[in-house]
Amino acid sequence: MKTDIDQTALAVFLFFFALVTVMGFVAARWRRPATLAHLDEWGLGGRQFGTWITWFLVGGDFYTAYTVIAVPALVYSVGAYGFFALPYTIIVYPFVFAVMPRLWQVAKDSGYVTAADVVHGRYGSRALELAVAITGVIAVMPYIALQLIGMATAIRALGIAGELPLIAAFVVLALYTYSSGLRAPALIAFVKDAMIYIAVIAAIALIPGKLGGYAAVFDAADQAFKAKGTGGILLAPNQYVAYATLAFGSALAAFMYPHTLTGIFASRSATTIRKNAVLLPAYTLMLGLLALLGYMGHAAHLKLASNNDVVPALFQTLFPSWFAGFAFAAIAIGALVPAAVMSIGAANLFTRNFWKAYVNPAITDAGEAKVAKITSLVVKLGALLVILYLPTQFALDLQLLGGMWILQTLPALIFGLYTRWFTAPALLTGWVVGMGVGTFLAWIDGLKPLHALTFGDSTVTVYVGLIAFAANVAAAIVVNIVVVSLGRGKQDGLATPR
Amino acid sequence: MNFESRHWLWLLLLPFIGLLWVPFYNFHDPVLFGFPFFYWYQLAWVPVTAFLTWIAYRTYSHED
Repeated sequence: MKTDIDQTALAVFLFFFALVTVMGFVAARWRRPATLAHLDEWGLGGRQFGTWITWFLVGGDFYTAYTVIAVPALVYSVGAYGFFALPYTIIVYPFVFAVMPRLWQVAKDSGYVTAADVVHGRYGSRALELAVAITGVIAVMPYIALQLIGMATAIRALGIAGELPLIAAFVVLALYTYSSGLRAPALIAFVKDAMIYIAVIAAIALIPGKLGGYAAVFDAADQAFKAKGTGGILLAPNQYVAYATLAFGSALAAFMYPHTLTGIFASRSATTIRKNAVLLPAYTLMLGLLALLGYMGHAAHLKLASNNDVVPALFQTLFPSWFAGFAFAAIAIGALVPAAVMSIGAANLFTRNFWKAYVNPAITDAGEAKVAKITSLVVKLGALLVILYLPTQFALDLQLLGGMWILQTLPALIFGLYTRWFTAPALLTGWVVGMGVGTFLAWIDGLKPLHALTFGDSTVTVYVGLIAFAANVAAAIVVNIVVVSLGRGKQDGLATPR
Repeated sequence: MNFESRHWLWLLLLPFIGLLWVPFYNFHDPVLFGFPFFYWYQLAWVPVTAFLTWIAYRTYSHED
């Protein structure tokens, strides 16, 4: 990759960055409420985002900058296996369609802002609420750090060295999130998503032409994997279960995160969410085609210092510099939207389920908004420090663990929407077992997301998050049977929700 | 939601079956527009899933 600063690319980059910065601050006046000093306004944009705003916001927040960098990078390095992101982001929408309108209704009816609010409201258990809240915060923190990695990759591709630009970009982001709340990423998402679509459509339409067509791209990748001796453009038989369980487990976990749930809770209606389950797959189509940029990297014979450079290097090598600058701006801005929503989601959790629960139960609406705004600054600062002072691998490992951890909150959050059978002690036990099993298996496997299970003489490799989830549900059912039968014996026991 | 419309929700299971059973599609041939079957089959599930979800969507009453 080139290391000298490209003036044209830099100018285009700065133009778009300045544009979204202005939009971020102006957003406070967009669909202006009577006051922003209320968590429903700052943290959920007033719960009035309709179909299109939700489409851009959830799309901008679920398909993150890190995705744009990391999915093609994984496909570049391992081939077909990296493609699991495609089935994952397809089957997630039938799940969203079936489950999320119910969750939205519960949150709307009782004024809940976070997943942990829903759990506390349903089971009356502070312990279960805290478990869900802590899981949300620790799962989303490394995710914010990864957005910084995505942004840093784009800035480095411009030929700018040093950490100052990254710090500056993040300070700007922190300030407009502080002042505008969820309205800032919602407004910026329009620009971000449009830019990402333009960059990706240009890439998938034009790059194969320069490289001899899609058949040649797949052939080049096939040759490269054969020469390397690992990976391939089809799955090896021992990867089947890993591929399917990663896709399924990731799909179940995706909308348990604070940032995706924030997008759901901010919707105007259940219909808004159902419509989005129909419309959001457009982003999945883009992601699937974007993943193929990994193979185009092989066809273009790129020499890369890091797999993560495959997307920037393709744009730099095959497009004029103004368009490369546009694409890098798209990636960097692409990091701002999810980073903002993630910090808002974490701040909402801290405010509602820690501050209000333990520090100041009598807090006013304005007080809640104030605490959340300050927390969003602290959260972003924490992510920045992690990236600046800890090895990148630390954030990557934590994000991977975060995916399996957040999946362990699904029974507490979702089961109660369908049945009144489960009790708080059972779900809490399930959460402890799931977190323990998942973390232990990942730990003994050297922080890998896959674990080999042996049944008799056959071995299958399974996504650890899903193994932990199965243990979680099994433990919850067993404990609940005990709790319910004890409760019947004593007439009024643990089984009664407080 | 009436009983009749609930049947349509079963359609939402099809993407799970079609995509999570890998032996259905881990092939190179037939190739379409240069894409091996593995790739275009999975990409084709995107519009198919959106269509199935739309059918399910139509069975709900719409408040906005």
